[in-house]
Amino acid sequence: MLSILARGLWTRCPCCGDLRSAKELDRSWKVCPKCGYHFRLTAPERLQYTLDEGSFREYDQGLTGEVPLAAPEYQEKLQAARQATALPEAVLTGEGTILGHRVAVAALDIRFIMASMGTVVGEKIVRAIENACAKRLPLVIFSASGGARLQEGVLSLLQMAKTSAALIAFHRAGLLYISVLTDPTTGGVSASFAFLGDIILAEPGALIGFAGPRVIEQTIRQKLPEGFQRAEFLCRHGFIDQVVPRPRLKSTLAQILALHREV
Amino acid sequence: MVNLDFERPIIELETKISELRTFAREKALDLQNEIARLEKRLQELTADIYQNLTPWQKVLVARHPGRPNVLAYIRHLFTDFLELRGDRLYGDDPALIGGLARFNGRPVTVLGNLKGKDTRENLERNFGMAHPEGYRKARRLMLQAGKFKRPVITLIDTPGAYCGVGAEERGQAVAIARSIQTMLGLRTPVVAVITGEGGSGGALALGAGDRLLIQEHAVFSVISPEAYATILWNDPARCPEAAQSMKITAADLAELGIVDEVIPEPPGGAHRDPALAARYVKEALARHLDELAGLPEEELLRRRLAKFRKIDNAYLRELNTN
Repeated sequence: MLSILARGLWTRCPCCGDLRSAKELDRSWKVCPKCGYHFRLTAPERLQYTLDEGSFREYDQGLTGEVPLAAPEYQEKLQAARQATALPEAVLTGEGTILGHRVAVAALDIRFIMASMGTVVGEKIVRAIENACAKRLPLVIFSASGGARLQEGVLSLLQMAKTSAALIAFHRAGLLYISVLTDPTTGGVSASFAFLGDIILAEPGALIGFAGPRVIEQTIRQKLPEGFQRAEFLCRHGFIDQVVPRPRLKSTLAQILALHREV
Repeated sequence: MVNLDFERPIIELETKISELRTFAREKALDLQNEIARLEKRLQELTADIYQNLTPWQKVLVARHPGRPNVLAYIRHLFTDFLELRGDRLYGDDPALIGGLARFNGRPVTVLGNLKGKDTRENLERNFGMAHPEGYRKARRLMLQAGKFKRPVITLIDTPGAYCGVGAEERGQAVAIARSIQTMLGLRTPVVAVITGEGGSGGALALGAGDRLLIQEHAVFSVISPEAYATILWNDPARCPEAAQSMKITAADLAELGIVDEVIPEPPGGAHRDPALAARYVKEALARHLDELAGLPEEELLRRRLAKFRKIDNAYLRELNTN
């Protein structure tokens, strides 16, 4: 059994404990058929589930950064992340269609150093916004992030301002930005572009907040209540428009896009 | 006043000089030469220690309990300060204060993180860590400044935004995001000064203006050195190394092109002479506001957005894989 799990053919649902085959999970958009747990998606999976087949054109694949203030072991960490994910950085950006609607799109990949935002992630997001602006495309960003890329020091912090600045021109152009918050979206990403959408959706059960729950527990020295900082909690408190289960996400996005189509 | 370890030789010499003065007075002795010699020595020693502070020591100076807080700076920098409170949505946050004032006679909007001078005040001010209400108040007053075409001056001194249940329930992330974006989009000049600790998103919420100035011994960082060392190395004791690695000092930030000017402090730090420290801040603020005052609104906005657009572009590289 362990060996099958190790080979990735079967996955145990972290919520209900059921075993599921990779094929079965793929058919169900990686949502547990028994308990509805939404497994985290990689960026390529996200694009595959969202965009019409064969429609994706990637932007800025070859963008890298040389950060002068990086922590000593950062280069190795980057190398390891690149190897583990086969991605150059923690975000994929580009354009494609969602049920025929052309959009600029970005998806963060939590496997890549917790999809933390450093100079390259920030720059790719900004360029996706600028491309959307130039081509007058709606923008859809799937956020997932542990926050700022600490290893890049204060430059990572400034990505919050850089991405927020890019959205000013975008919003002024009267274009639509749909932000989809996925598990987990915290820190500098939640406190910048992720919460600056015209419409903000979230996947069920996604952890969303400024501070991570561990940091809060350490600060207040109490256990946090069940469901705290989950998508449903944020929806109840008025911070997101809807919690949308993954099987309905693509059609919901298409519906919103259709309602904003320029005539 | 609490003293830092590396300040001890300065304090000892200061004590010695003051004792000598008392002794000379009591015994009616003329020790002028000796005292003058020691005072010169004190100047040299102070300059020497403060010119060679490590990044971690700078953090300690930036957090020094005796360092003038934002209220002290407000008293020195402005006249006619009138506090304006509340976010009009939920409450008023005493950790982030704002209001109207005159700067060299001109009306301005002032915003700043407020730490207390002692434990009682700090409890009241939540140690300068704002809740969403604070950032929403900041945003409200920024928009008001835009309406009345007043420049905005922000004074940054915070460990960061508060991490707690209420802060999350009331939208800490969106409050910060909107404060940053509102500041970036204002059609009136915005100058920010880091006067102490510039901690994380909570600092950036008041820092995304036309100019970012920093006092000589202030710091600006993505996270506290303690948290950095804990998260990356699982060892909070390595915070001096973290402070070094993160490049958080005024000099480092100037070299990276992140701050526009480093404002000198009196020898031995702002806490040794708050009035002089404030005078230096005032002089720099006046200069930057004058430069910005002549710009048409659209040009001001264009330059501000361009500044953040290319703030890190020196460190990006294009590979030929596309």
